[in-house]
Amino acid sequence: MSFIYKTWWKAVAVLVVIYTIIAGFLFPVPELDIVNETIRNVYFHVPMWMAMLVLFSISVFYSIRYLVTQKEDHDLIAVECVNAGLIFYVLGLVTGMIWANYTWGEPWSNDPKQSSAAIAFLVYCAYLVLRNSIEEEQKRAKISAIYNIFAYPIMIVLIMILPRMTDSLHPGNGGNPAFGKMDMDNTMRTVFYPAMIAWPVIGVWIATLRYRIRKIENKNLDLN
Amino acid sequence: MNLLTQVKVLLHKEIVLEWRSKYALNGILLYVVSTIFVCYLSFKQTSGVIWNALFWIILLFAAINAISKSFVQESKGRQLYYYTIASPQAVIISKIIYNILLMLVLGSLALLVYGIVFRNPLGDPLYYFLAVVLGSISFSTVFTMVSAIASKAGNNGTLMAILSFPVIIPLLILLIKLSKNAMDGLDRSVSLDEIGVLAAINIIVITVSLLLFPFLWRE
Repeated sequence: MSFIYKTWWKAVAVLVVIYTIIAGFLFPVPELDIVNETIRNVYFHVPMWMAMLVLFSISVFYSIRYLVTQKEDHDLIAVECVNAGLIFYVLGLVTGMIWANYTWGEPWSNDPKQSSAAIAFLVYCAYLVLRNSIEEEQKRAKISAIYNIFAYPIMIVLIMILPRMTDSLHPGNGGNPAFGKMDMDNTMRTVFYPAMIAWPVIGVWIATLRYRIRKIENKNLDLN
Repeated sequence: MNLLTQVKVLLHKEIVLEWRSKYALNGILLYVVSTIFVCYLSFKQTSGVIWNALFWIILLFAAINAISKSFVQESKGRQLYYYTIASPQAVIISKIIYNILLMLVLGSLALLVYGIVFRNPLGDPLYYFLAVVLGSISFSTVFTMVSAIASKAGNNGTLMAILSFPVIIPLLILLIKLSKNAMDGLDRSVSLDEIGVLAAINIIVITVSLLLFPFLWRE
């Protein structure tokens, strides 16, 4: 766990993100009907969801670790990953809605993908409410870890499998091709793939900062 | 005692306990029937889509009410006693099976009364009934585990609802689609995808419940 105190990976992630922002707005993109310049949104929208998924997966991993080891630190990591993941959830939703406004004609059209994303948000809000409803710390850690593990596979089915079974406007779902397969040329890939890696790393950094703040708060409580 | 006998004994106990008091069973049956009447009197007649959605919403709330009781009914002392004589897996399996049986009775009765009160032609009644059976199983597997979690967290109705609704929605979407196909009398092979995904989700939920419940009951 000592890597969370190192600086180099945070610096690399920040530099790569700055590169993807500059290159994302300046590099040429293929000209497509309807989509036009909005295709640049894949540099920002898709990495947000990637970051969210990575953070929620780390959270589930540490929930499992908590059940095995009963160490309070693991519970703190799990909850802070969910908190940081929710930030990226909101960013992913907002970038998607801005894009949908220009290509689908309205920001929210009750597309299956949008509905699924909204329900996935409810799952994690329920997780946070469940945490608040239990006073005793160890019990809270244990029960919320169990709910986290229980809800995760269903969340995956919800946002990865169900929208693919129904008619959806979203690229990659319901018979629509994803951008990656047909429209993305090699210039786009040089921006897209680094963004897919760098944003999750930024997310992990935010989560580790929140985790360290929590640790300091707990320490102060013990001292008083 | 091995797992199978434990499950059998616990299941037998659940059914006998229920049969002696009949309070929960009659209460929940009456709940379903009166909800159907309330819906009928408010809607009078509906289109097919609303008919189908309404049926599943009625069944959803009946299931929440029926299953949220499954861990509260028994006193803490008695639960402790079960845990000393049976394995946690046997406890959760017997609860799931008992809830499936309860939901099958409930779902069949609801479908019968609903069909009589609200007349709506069903294209493929047998397949619609299959959807109800699958729905009863899905509701039971998900709600049993969630009610176990909620009962450890002070168990209020709000918590049960907010924990289980987001988890049940994907299943509900599939069930409504499946039953809509059956209602319209579409070819049976059209719905095989939905049945497959429903079965897969149920298997995942049962496996996860079996793995997690041993951590939950230990206090």
